[in-house]
Amino acid sequence: MKPITIDRLAISFGPVRVLHDVSFDVAAGECFGLVGESGSGKSTILRCASMLTDIWEGRVRIEGQDVRKMPVAERCRTVQMVFQDPYGSLHPRHSIRTALDEGLRINGFDDREARLAQAMRDVGLPVEFLDRYPHQLSGGQRQRVAIARALILEPDVLFLDEPTSALDVSVQAEVLNLLVRLQQEKGFTYLMVSHDLAVVDHMCDRFAIMQHGRIVEVLDRAAITGGGATQPYAKQLIDASLEYESAI
Amino acid sequence: MDPVLDIQRLSIRYAGAPAPAVRDVSFTLGRERLGIVGESGSGKSTVGRAIMRLLDTAEITADRMQFEEVDLHNAPERQMLDVRGKRMSMILQDPKFSLNPIQRCGHQIAEAYRTHVKCSKSEARARAIAMLEQVHIRDPERVYDLYPHEVSGGMGQRVMIAMMLLTDPDLVIADEPTSALDVTVRLQVLRILDGLVRDKGIGLIMISHDLNLVRAFCDRVLIMYAGRVVEALDARDLDNAQHPYSRGLLAAQPRIGGTREPLPVLARQDSWLEPLEAQA
Repeated sequence: MKPITIDRLAISFGPVRVLHDVSFDVAAGECFGLVGESGSGKSTILRCASMLTDIWEGRVRIEGQDVRKMPVAERCRTVQMVFQDPYGSLHPRHSIRTALDEGLRINGFDDREARLAQAMRDVGLPVEFLDRYPHQLSGGQRQRVAIARALILEPDVLFLDEPTSALDVSVQAEVLNLLVRLQQEKGFTYLMVSHDLAVVDHMCDRFAIMQHGRIVEVLDRAAITGGGATQPYAKQLIDASLEYESAI
Repeated sequence: MDPVLDIQRLSIRYAGAPAPAVRDVSFTLGRERLGIVGESGSGKSTVGRAIMRLLDTAEITADRMQFEEVDLHNAPERQMLDVRGKRMSMILQDPKFSLNPIQRCGHQIAEAYRTHVKCSKSEARARAIAMLEQVHIRDPERVYDLYPHEVSGGMGQRVMIAMMLLTDPDLVIADEPTSALDVTVRLQVLRILDGLVRDKGIGLIMISHDLNLVRAFCDRVLIMYAGRVVEALDARDLDNAQHPYSRGLLAAQPRIGGTREPLPVLARQDSWLEPLEAQA
């Protein structure tokens, strides 16, 4: 279990400032949510902290280690990401085995066959599915493969970028249950982006509400139903979600 | 009152597909709001598209497909051109992909009107601006001249609603009208659509995977599973749905303030393919 510290993270794409000095801490083993409207910079935080983009300023530390200074291999074995759309995040012409094995090979893991099988069992897929291709799987199964690909390198931190928003409610339930179980078993620290407060309430201990590249407020899960938000936008977002959910 | 739409035993098979995507779907629609819910691939959008006669390569069979006096199953395409977009129209999911990116929003609305109604350009413009006002766009003159990429998702969807309602249709099919929008604007857009549909007495088919939305904004609900309607009920009775699939869908949804117990998961069964009466 490793904590994450994000300190004054800022990034601009051309003249547009996308993140303005974002700072927050995630405790070891916590599930921390990022919510906000589209374009508010939630996913950009994940992309910066995982070094998918490196033109940002500020500091991101995982258990005290600066992600910028970590060697690539170590970084990849510390942080992994699950993307939003399982239809777009798996190579269509790579079998599941190839997709999962690639990380193992690059990182010089031994006993790869056993690890592949274990990863499939961890996410509740039959081991025979290793020889299938993404188009032979359903959306929920693909997202399980994406999760297996993230956890096969035994990371400590998982970044989840809207892991269920492309899925049906029924399939979403399976994937959320899986994520909760894996966190209990393996002690992951989760940083999860979601636009659905019901999902955040189900999964996260604390969450940050974002607007226009800034964190408006960091709240406990209890603040959703308890009315603990103090900032106008945070209140507005929570009220809209409550109203939307409570059959309006 | 005569139904706006009467569909009996509609089946649709896409060209080359081994099995039909929709089987034996029957319902009638008055001047009311009907929700169709189900998972992706359950055939709900296919039903909407078949009603609009947009599936020209699919094999469609039906005992009856009647829209007012028009026989949708056999009407020639010439007649459909006059019906589609004028008397029945469709609101699509994502304004980013369904508005023309290189035409100003207002022009697209006016064009939709001028396609069906003979009038001068300036009259079409005036009507489009009036309609933009009706969908609660504060500065319609300015928005008229904006391109789709210059407006937000919520505003884009309101532009689309304006475009679809301008010709005073009797039937509107809304295919996931708000799933691409943020929660904060979703309700606003739905209320606008709902208000207009009620005021104008339009028959609305709302296709959605979102049970909360359908419960709140529809009078009746059809629940589809694997191309069939497995249950039909009043929206206010949705919580008392009987079919195991409907109940499973309701239970699988995480709720704010829920217990955080593992969510119930659907254990799919072949018997679900039977409609409810056959199961009892």
